[in-house]
Amino acid sequence: MTRPAMTGQERTAWLFTGPVLAIILAVLVLPVTLALALSLTDYSIYALADWDNVKFVGLGNFAELLRTALFWRALANTALFAVLGVPMAIGASLGAALLLHDATVRWKPLWRVALFVPYVTSVVATAVVWRFLLNTRFGLINYALGWLGLPPADWLGDPHASIPAILLFVTWKIFGYNMIVFTAALSAVPQDLMEAARLDGASRWGRFRHVTLPAIGPTLLLASVMSVAGFLQIFAEPYVMTLGGPAQSTVTVLYFMFDEGFKWWNLGQASAVAMILFVLILAITFVETRIGKRNAWL
Amino acid sequence: MTRRRTRAIVANSLVALLTAVTLVPLFWMVTVSFMPRGASSHFPPPFWPERWTGENYYELLVRREIDGAWFDYRVLPALGNSLLIAIMATVLGLLLTVPAGYAFAKLRFTGRERLLKLLIAGLVVPGQVAMLPLFLLFKELGLVNSYAGVILPGLAGIFSVLFVRQAALAIPDEMLDAARLDGASETRIFRLIVLPLLAPITVTLALFLFLGSWNDFLWPLIVLTDQHKYTLPVAIAAIVREHAADGELMMAASVVTTLPVLLIFLPLQRYYISGLLGGSIKG
Repeated sequence: MTRPAMTGQERTAWLFTGPVLAIILAVLVLPVTLALALSLTDYSIYALADWDNVKFVGLGNFAELLRTALFWRALANTALFAVLGVPMAIGASLGAALLLHDATVRWKPLWRVALFVPYVTSVVATAVVWRFLLNTRFGLINYALGWLGLPPADWLGDPHASIPAILLFVTWKIFGYNMIVFTAALSAVPQDLMEAARLDGASRWGRFRHVTLPAIGPTLLLASVMSVAGFLQIFAEPYVMTLGGPAQSTVTVLYFMFDEGFKWWNLGQASAVAMILFVLILAITFVETRIGKRNAWL
Repeated sequence: MTRRRTRAIVANSLVALLTAVTLVPLFWMVTVSFMPRGASSHFPPPFWPERWTGENYYELLVRREIDGAWFDYRVLPALGNSLLIAIMATVLGLLLTVPAGYAFAKLRFTGRERLLKLLIAGLVVPGQVAMLPLFLLFKELGLVNSYAGVILPGLAGIFSVLFVRQAALAIPDEMLDAARLDGASETRIFRLIVLPLLAPITVTLALFLFLGSWNDFLWPLIVLTDQHKYTLPVAIAAIVREHAADGELMMAASVVTTLPVLLIFLPLQRYYISGLLGGSIKG
């Protein structure tokens, strides 16, 4: 009885899923497999002209990378982006969410949208704007610092200031996203628990520390881990704002991969970089799912 | 009572201040774009044009004369390219992923659960890993420098499929079974029952796809080598890197890139934000 209906469903299901599955196979699964293969070859500009010039080099590209000072520099820069950027961005998101969550705040939907707007803008367009905001002589940032009685900084010209400068921009651009996620988590904090803590005479900090934080902890942790993966993929910001400089202080792993691959056409070497990035992101995702699992047990 | 009032005043002012600080860069971008050339290079930085002028937009969008030669920034063609690519990416993306997401949620077929597991696993693959071989493949296929070359990788919408599936799971099976008993075909059920129910989520997804394509940078930068085919972000990055052009002109370029996105996002923001929250809850 159900047999004809089943085949009808089955046929429709393949009609519906077939095209997108085929595309995923062609532009994601196949290239990722090829990337692994490519990372084991010496594919360079000569191979671009003639495939006969490709040689299998085993793990040679990886060994070469480990001897390349700029690659280590790129790894260190990317790590610095993540180590400084995650607390900065998550802190900004949480601060904004707590402020927005306050019961006395009016017109919440309006503020929420206004604070979220930078997130939907083009990175390139807003990076251009921030390049001018961070200008040493005429930039608004240094003007604001002067207002607070602080000396101006050579934001994009000083190798020690360039990463914080880009992070200032990135934080501005992305904090709205996790702010929305955190406001949703905050509104799920049990109100009776909050009331009980208040009646017990817990201070504002005490209530935050012992009621709010445990309740939103899992969301906070997950957002932090996901942000790490985001910071590992920084590319457009240095590409537009600093061109990797000054003194290679903003060359990131992806920036290095792009230059190696599409400026010098060392696609074998660049694929090795891509593989290393892949492994790093996989490791982070692994941590992420472990956190997810632990939460399920709670 | 007064404590609550002071608290309300402090909290509201802080939120207003935070919003003002957040919007200053965008506001400043707009006002500087209307200043005469060189007017923003002053200390203290001017906030408001002394004289409003559209010359930056004119020179950017039409063409300008430098040392007797006409110079074209090709921003207007880039705007056209960006629009065309974003619209095609959105329409094709919806056509491919909305039916697929529904099928994964509600249609029974062999291998569904296994495919679903593979898709979820595929979600962790960063797109950048595929880019180098993809460039070589597209070069062999003649897709480098074509609109299809820009759009294709974005159509591998694993996230979109899972996003639609999540929403489609909420459709009651009884409703679909009743239609089947009435003799409706599966495609008819999809068109007449499922699609209307998925309409809000489709708007959300369309917004994600359009904005994602419009703001995409690394892949278009790789695959488009001819500046006539550049999308806006690629064109603007090229101008700012190669010419380090005047601030006022670059602000106008940023406005041209940002404005269409805001015009689409602001009226539909409710769909975007609700989608963002739905997406963060893993099923």
